[in-house]
Amino acid sequence: MMEKMIFGRYVPIPSVIHKMDPRSKLIIIFLFVAIIFLANNWITYALIALYTFFMLGLSKVPFRFLYGGLKPVIWLVLFTFLLQLFFTKGGNLVFDWGPIEIYEEGIRMGLFISLRFFFLILITSLLTLTTTPIEITDGLETLLTPLKKLRFPVHEMALMMSISLRFIPTLMQETDKIMKAQIARGVEFASGPIKERIKAVIPLLIPLFVSSFKRAEELAIAMEARGYRGGEGRTKYRQLSWRMIDTLQVGLLVILTILLIIFRS
Amino acid sequence: MDISLSQVEYRYQANTPFERIAIQDVSIDIPTGTYLALIGHTGSGKSTVLQHLNALLVPTEGTVKIGEHEIKSHQKNKNLREVRQKVGIVFQFPEHQLFEETVEKDIIFGPMNFGVSEKEAKARAREALKQVGLGEEILEKSPFDLSGGQMRRVAIAGVLAMNPDVLVLDEPTAGLDPRGRNEIMEMFYTLHKKRNLSTILVTHSMEDAAKYADQIVIMQRGRVMKKGTPTEIFSSPSELVKMGLDVPEVVRFQMKLEQKLSVKLDKVYLSIEELSSAVAELLGRGVRT
Amino acid sequence: MTKKPIISLNDVCFQYDGQDNYALHSVTFDIYEGEWLAIVGHNGSGKSTMAKLLNGLQFPNQGKITVCGLPLTEENVWDIRKQLGMVFQNPDNQFVGTTVEDDVAFGLENMGIPREEMVLRVQDSLKKVKMEQFLYQEPHHLSGGQKQRVAIAGVLALSPSIIILDEATSMLDPRGREEVLEVVRDLKNENRLTVISITHDLEEAAKADRIIVMNKGEVYREGTPEEIFSMDEELIKLGLDIPFSVKIGKAFRQKGIDLPKHYLTEEELVTELWTSHSHK
Ligand SMILES: Nc1ncnc2c1ncn2[C@@H]1O[C@H](COP(=O)(O)OP(=O)(O)OP(=O)(O)O)[C@@H](O)[C@H]1O
Ligand SMILES: Nc1ncnc2c1ncn2[C@@H]1O[C@H](COP(=O)(O)OP(=O)(O)OP(=O)(O)O)[C@@H](O)[C@H]1O
Ligand SMILES: [Mg+2]
Ligand SMILES: [Mg+2]
Repeated sequence: MMEKMIFGRYVPIPSVIHKMDPRSKLIIIFLFVAIIFLANNWITYALIALYTFFMLGLSKVPFRFLYGGLKPVIWLVLFTFLLQLFFTKGGNLVFDWGPIEIYEEGIRMGLFISLRFFFLILITSLLTLTTTPIEITDGLETLLTPLKKLRFPVHEMALMMSISLRFIPTLMQETDKIMKAQIARGVEFASGPIKERIKAVIPLLIPLFVSSFKRAEELAIAMEARGYRGGEGRTKYRQLSWRMIDTLQVGLLVILTILLIIFRS
Repeated sequence: MDISLSQVEYRYQANTPFERIAIQDVSIDIPTGTYLALIGHTGSGKSTVLQHLNALLVPTEGTVKIGEHEIKSHQKNKNLREVRQKVGIVFQFPEHQLFEETVEKDIIFGPMNFGVSEKEAKARAREALKQVGLGEEILEKSPFDLSGGQMRRVAIAGVLAMNPDVLVLDEPTAGLDPRGRNEIMEMFYTLHKKRNLSTILVTHSMEDAAKYADQIVIMQRGRVMKKGTPTEIFSSPSELVKMGLDVPEVVRFQMKLEQKLSVKLDKVYLSIEELSSAVAELLGRGVRT
Repeated sequence: MTKKPIISLNDVCFQYDGQDNYALHSVTFDIYEGEWLAIVGHNGSGKSTMAKLLNGLQFPNQGKITVCGLPLTEENVWDIRKQLGMVFQNPDNQFVGTTVEDDVAFGLENMGIPREEMVLRVQDSLKKVKMEQFLYQEPHHLSGGQKQRVAIAGVLALSPSIIILDEATSMLDPRGREEVLEVVRDLKNENRLTVISITHDLEEAAKADRIIVMNKGEVYREGTPEEIFSMDEELIKLGLDIPFSVKIGKAFRQKGIDLPKHYLTEEELVTELWTSHSHK
């Protein structure tokens, strides 16, 4: 449970995708989200599918982890499919039963849109499955650096993210500890009427809030004592390295984009 | 209330890839009125054992008996509340559990959860506050305005006010100054005697273990390494040292003295008073014999 | 040994906003280069407040502080922080990085040290605290003592001349405590560090070069461990305690064993008993 919270769903195995620079992965994801809308016929969807499965293969992430990511959204996909199925009209009438009419176009649109959803989810899960949260943070920070000119607090955001990541496990331990202390004082968190249960959260939340506040204060003092005074003039220890594979991967996506443009109808 | 653990095993996050055995094959008997000290390195499983004593954790193997209640692995355990009412637990840094607006409300929180009337609970709050050495004038204060040491005492009072038969203490004095440490340990000991409680203390202080406990259990890597009376445990100090554990200062001093003077005293002394008498006698006789 | 003050406090007063009492009142003393100074005192006696003032995390309402020859002001507080590293009590609340190496690098990043040099300094300081094998480890997989050693490495990486330990070992078990103190002792000897150790552990204080006793925001007494621990019962009144060897020495004297002075270590006392009492 705890480990799962910390890493999101990072699967630590050696693969080409794992070794990629988080920047290239982020760029690819952004592009992919855009170009998937180019697909509008069977050939283009086949290309997208081919690309997605190729990437999944490269990542070597076992199927069950992907499934874990899909599970919560599978209903959404199904729902979108049904929505399109029933309400898109056009082409031949395929099925007619009282108020329910299903058209050829409905099936096509339903399939396309849910497939689009499906591929999007697969590719974005691939990011979290192969990249640690801190790498994603680093990648985002570097990519967003130009925004600093617009006074956007890029460094602060990234620091905040990495500190939150650092403190998630600590906070989980703290929660567990306070919960146990209050259970020992007779609080029932898991049973009783709903009103009681909501009331039971107070003895958990207040101490948690107080201790987080204290933690934040101590952390701020410790950071200041170690010379922290904002992003100005700071160097970075964590380093990203853009390699051949990253260029190749971005190139591959560009090729995919061109193919999609050629083959879309 | 008699407590016994027999062959208790506990795995955190059982049946997941992160499963981890924290304690195994732990059997300890704690008859009513025992003062038991649990010692061992960090990570040896002391806190895990403690949490079994009021059913915060249910063993993954084995049985925990608390008075009439039997808590077993793989079964629905009912009436845990009754157990929790009888067993008060003071966690490490208990001041972290304070949350009410006033000290009084915080102290009566536990008792009232267990169905004690407000009037009775308030009476108990006063009583408990006196026991931990605080005055009634702080009843109306916010617990968050108190000093660290006072907060610690208020939190302890909150546990005492539940009138437990068993008191479970997880390093209750960490972070306090020497006087605070001493006062709180003495307070628990007085209470232990006066109310005929069973007390289970987790501590890194061998001095406290030697001074207060009737029984000592040493944990190592999740198992019970050794158990016995303080005299038994500390009579082979070199064994403890080999395990990387401390021995009480008195015992350490006796070891050093025996080595330097190449003598052996008749037994291991656990208090300064006894040891100094023995040494005085020895030196009076002259060591050269 | 010539004593050269590296820090001096002159009539320093400090009051937290909204508090009635002074947390520190009229505090004056010097800290000498290369010494190990222990600061002891009851809970709330103002020890941590003093540490915060020395590091410019708070500024006194009155009085003057000089660190390494520089008066402590808002302008040069950053230069002073480079000279003066701090390790705090709670191992968790000072671990900033997501891994050990990131945490050690944090201070270096703040100073704008080039990356190549950072890598060397991170490895070097982790080696000094014997944590070089944990470079990529995450904090929640480390013990308290290990986290504190990482914190020390983070301070060392900036090569300070003074290190302040504010109850840095009080949340650790005896083994963790010993690990940390041993590391600091070695470092002090090798690097000519000045160590200021705020502690409730009197056995540790007994090993210091000098002790300052705080009471209710004031310096109650300063002196060598011998001087301080001969205060005896007075210390207990101040909420403190006396080291074991002094206690047992007292008991010996009561039992008629003649001892000329206080012994601060057990070794000394044992030796005294051996030389003057066993084979005369
Ligand atoms: N919530 C948890 N999830 C997973 N593992 C845990 C959890 N709590 C403790 N452990 C593990 O169980 C083992 C025993 O831990 P426990 O806290 O009982 O030790 P302890 O003797 O109390 O140590 P300390 O002296 O540091 O308090 C350790 O290896 C620890 O890492
Ligand atoms: N942030 C704060 N705001 C207001 N008052 C404070 C603050 N921090 C400390 N104090 C008060 O200042 C006084 C000195 O506190 P300080 O933390 O310096 O004591 P200490 O000697 O370090 O104690 P301990 O041994 O408990 O760490 C205390 O009375 C305390 O209540
Ligand atoms: Mg524990
Ligand atoms: Mg302090």
